[in-house]
Formats: sequence, structure tokens, C-alpha cells
Amino acid sequence: MGTRSTLREPPLVKALLMAAAFAYIALMLLLPLWAVMSEAFRAGAKAWAAAVSEPDARAAIKLTVLVAAIAVPLNTIFGVAAAWAISKFQFGGKAVLIAFIELPFSVSPVVSGLVWVLLFGAQGWFGTWLIDRDIQIIFALPGLVLATVFVTFPFVARQLIPLMTAQGRADEEAALTLGASGWQTFWHVTLPNIRFGLLYGVLLCNARAMGEFGAVSVVSGHIRGETNTMPLHVEVLYNEYNFVAAFAVASLLTLLALVTLALKSALEWRYRAALAART
Amino acid sequence: MPSVIARSSRHSPLPGFGLSLGITIFWLSAIVLIPLSAVFLKSTTDGWDAFWAAAGSPRALASYRLTFGAALLAAAVNCVFGLLVAWVLVRYSFPFKRLFGALVDLPFALPTAVAGIALTALYADTGMIGKVLAPLGLPVAYKPAGVVVALVFIGLPFIVRTVEPVLAEVSSEMEEAALTLGASRWQTFWRVILPTILPALATGFALAFARGAGEYGSVIFIAGNMPFQSEIAPLLIITQLEEYDYAGAAAIATVMLAVSFAMLLVLNLLQHWQRRRRS
Repeated sequence: MGTRSTLREPPLVKALLMAAAFAYIALMLLLPLWAVMSEAFRAGAKAWAAAVSEPDARAAIKLTVLVAAIAVPLNTIFGVAAAWAISKFQFGGKAVLIAFIELPFSVSPVVSGLVWVLLFGAQGWFGTWLIDRDIQIIFALPGLVLATVFVTFPFVARQLIPLMTAQGRADEEAALTLGASGWQTFWHVTLPNIRFGLLYGVLLCNARAMGEFGAVSVVSGHIRGETNTMPLHVEVLYNEYNFVAAFAVASLLTLLALVTLALKSALEWRYRAALAART
Repeated sequence: MPSVIARSSRHSPLPGFGLSLGITIFWLSAIVLIPLSAVFLKSTTDGWDAFWAAAGSPRALASYRLTFGAALLAAAVNCVFGLLVAWVLVRYSFPFKRLFGALVDLPFALPTAVAGIALTALYADTGMIGKVLAPLGLPVAYKPAGVVVALVFIGLPFIVRTVEPVLAEVSSEMEEAALTLGASRWQTFWRVILPTILPALATGFALAFARGAGEYGSVIFIAGNMPFQSEIAPLLIITQLEEYDYAGAAAIATVMLAVSFAMLLVLNLLQHWQRRRRS
């Protein structure tokens, strides 16, 4: 490190750079966090508690958890399957397949919701067919789940593909040689090897699933107490000028974000090696 | 193609190729590829004239200008400040550095609707920052400037996270050599460090731009959502949908998707450039 001292900026420049970076982070990131919390408790803890426990808010919390509880496992199974196929076997068109898997990240959330309305909405491709059979997808739970699955599609797969590619398949081959079945090999060899990467992917997938706004906004119909997830409930309350309640529910989502960040950072610090092939 | 796949899978003794690739391709088609193709097909159901009338209407053109202009501006702002934050994170040590580093990912984790109402609370004329800016004749909330502020918030981690690892890799030998040859610290930065990290910076810029162009949740609260002035393209899609103009919504979505695909192409080229630079 001694040789690097000549490569450092003058102390004054260094101090200025650090001050500017801290100021930027404080202004852009800390201040909005503080704003949510201070607005949420503006009318006191009692008003906060009332806002997060009233029936519509409770229904929104339940719906958010339900949607995530369906969408996240679906994308986890998909992510593991995709990573298994891509990392353990040789076949043509891999790069295209990976690009397609990551495609939902570059699509606007609004378009991610729109696709389902075009398919299943009243004037969509299957609209009349669904109406005839009295099946509701748009403005109901299935639509919310589909939109959420779309936006969270790549999270687990993109975490596991580089990790499992880097790990290779020597461990699995050894297990098979020793007489383990395919499933035994997966459960006892592959899964332990990828568990932290998997956890990391699921964590990010869940955070996005619970916090998604644009895509679910298109398919929800904003029916209070029925098709409003927490972020949508925040919007409805906000548009009704019920700011204290909007920020109270928003503070719960902020808590979710902070817990996610803490767990994510803990995973990165503790198990850097196990996540090594992350990028 | 199937025969190629079957033949090459024999190179691996591991089981589960057919099952895992089957799940991957089924899920990818059902969730991403078929729904996205619905957008393209729907946008031209009323013919190409109707497509251009919807996708090229003055209101739509104004929304593209705002959406892509604000996304470009926000990505440019983050190039400067994101580089600054990455620099401070990589080069200096200070207390609570890990916390500082973890906080950078907040915009990834915080639901966009929460970010939207928090930024609006801060930048409205009565808010902490708006109170200072408004008397200076710089109103932010409910103006196009508000869109930029929201996108700056959303885009910050993209730049920091792509520049950080490359900046950490810039070899001190190279900097020492520049110094020995008589370059000042400033010249070393401009002539040695910046060219090395340029591909990463460009990648971060493209990622931030792509995310910002599609962003909805954080923008709609702080933008005034006035047609021709502060209405972003994703919002216009929702407005068309609410008027049951599915083809019109799909036409604008097609334009957004075309930009997404173009950005994916640019990102792939950038990655290629970056890999060549690093090897």
C-alpha cells in the first residue's frame, strides 16, 4: 500500500470527493427514506397503527403475500431448471436462450402488465372465450400473479446460471458414479452447492414481487379490499389525499426493502465465495 | 434442432436434460415470448395506417420526447455522481463503508411507488427540497424536472454497480507508470483511468437509460401527468387501455419494446467491448 501513497489525490481533493459522494447519497437516498418515515408517523403512532390495520390495508397485505407466495416458487422452480439445463449441458443457442430469459428486465413494467390484458382482457384474444366460461383473469388474482411472474422472471435464473456454470459438473458426476440417482444427486450435491446463490436470487425475486407496481397496476383494476396489493393500496390512498395512511402502508414496504438490503448485504459479506460467480 | 440437442446432450452423463430444458422452454414461451408477441400482433390489427396514427400521434411523440429525454438526462447525471460514489467506495476507507455501500442498492429494493410518493413529498413546493427550489424559480414536482429526479433516483445503482468492479481492477502499475512519465493526478485520471473504465461506464449508462425509459411507479406521482407536457409514454399506454383502445396501447408499447430491443443490442456490443478491453 506504501507505493500507492504517491498515487493518492491530495488530501483536500480526497476530502472534497468524499463530501460530495456523501452529500449525494444523503440527498438522493437517505432523504427519501426519512421522508417516508416522518410522513408515516406525522399523526402519531396510533394513526400509523390504525392505517396499517384497517380492513383494506389488511386485505392488501394478505394479497401481496399471496401473490408473492405463488409467483416466487414458480420462478424459483423455473430458475433452477433453466440453470440446470444451461450450466450442465452443451447445446446450441445458449446465448439466445439466456438473452430471452433476461428479456423481462428490459421491458417496461407497464408493457409487462399490458401483455396480459391483450391476451385475457375483455377485448383481448381470449376475452370472449373466458367471459363465456365465467373465468376472470384480468382484474383478479390470476392476472396479478401472471404480471408478477413476468417481471420477476429472470431473478433466480440469472443468479444461478453463472454460479452453476462456474461450479461445473464434477461433483454431480462423482455422485452418479457412486450410485446416487439423479434426484438424490440434485438434492444432496447440487442444492447444497448453490444454496446461498439460490437464497440470494429468491430474496431479490421476492422483494420485487411484493413491491411491483406498474405491471400489477395495469391488470388489477384497483378494487379496494379485493385486487389492491400494498403498492396499489398506497397509490389509492395517496390519490385520495389520505397521505398519513398512504405513507403508513409505504413504511411497511420500506421496511421490507431495508430487511431485503440487510439480508442481501449479509449474504454478500459472509458468503462472497459461494456467490462468487455472481457477475 | 431437436436432433442436435439430443445428440450433444450425450456429452454429459447427468440426467434431467430433457426435463429441465422442457420446463425452461415451456415457461419462457408461456410467460414471456407468446405474451410479448401478442403486443406486436395486436398493434397492427387495424392495419399499418392505424399503427402509425397511434404510435406517431403528436401526443405520443411528446411522451417519447419526455420519456427518452428524461431517461438520457438522468443517466448522464448518474454517470457523474455514480462514478463519484464508485470512486469513493473503491479507493477510500472510512467508517460505515459497508453500510454506505449497501445503501447504494436501495433504489433496487425500494418499491417504486414508495420512491414516487417520497420524492414527491420532498420536492413539492411545501416539501423540504421544494421549499428551497421553488422560490429560486426551479419548481420540480409536477413538472418534467420531476421525471428526471425520479429517474436519477432509480438509475444510481446501475452505474455504481457496473463501474465499481472495473475501477477496482485498474492496476496501480498503470497509474504509477503514468505518474513516472510525468503525468499529473488529473491527467492520469483523464488519460489512463477514465479510458479503462469507459466501457463499464457506458454499460451502466445504457442500463440506467433502459430502466428509466420504462419506469412508471416512481414517475407518475412526481410528474404532473399533463398530456404534451409531463406525460410519460408508459402512462399514455395506460390511458389508452382505460379508453379500451387496445390497438393504440399496443402500438405505443411496440415502440417502447423496439427501444428495449435496441438497448439490449447496444448492451451486448458494450459487453463485447468491455471483455476485449479487459483481456
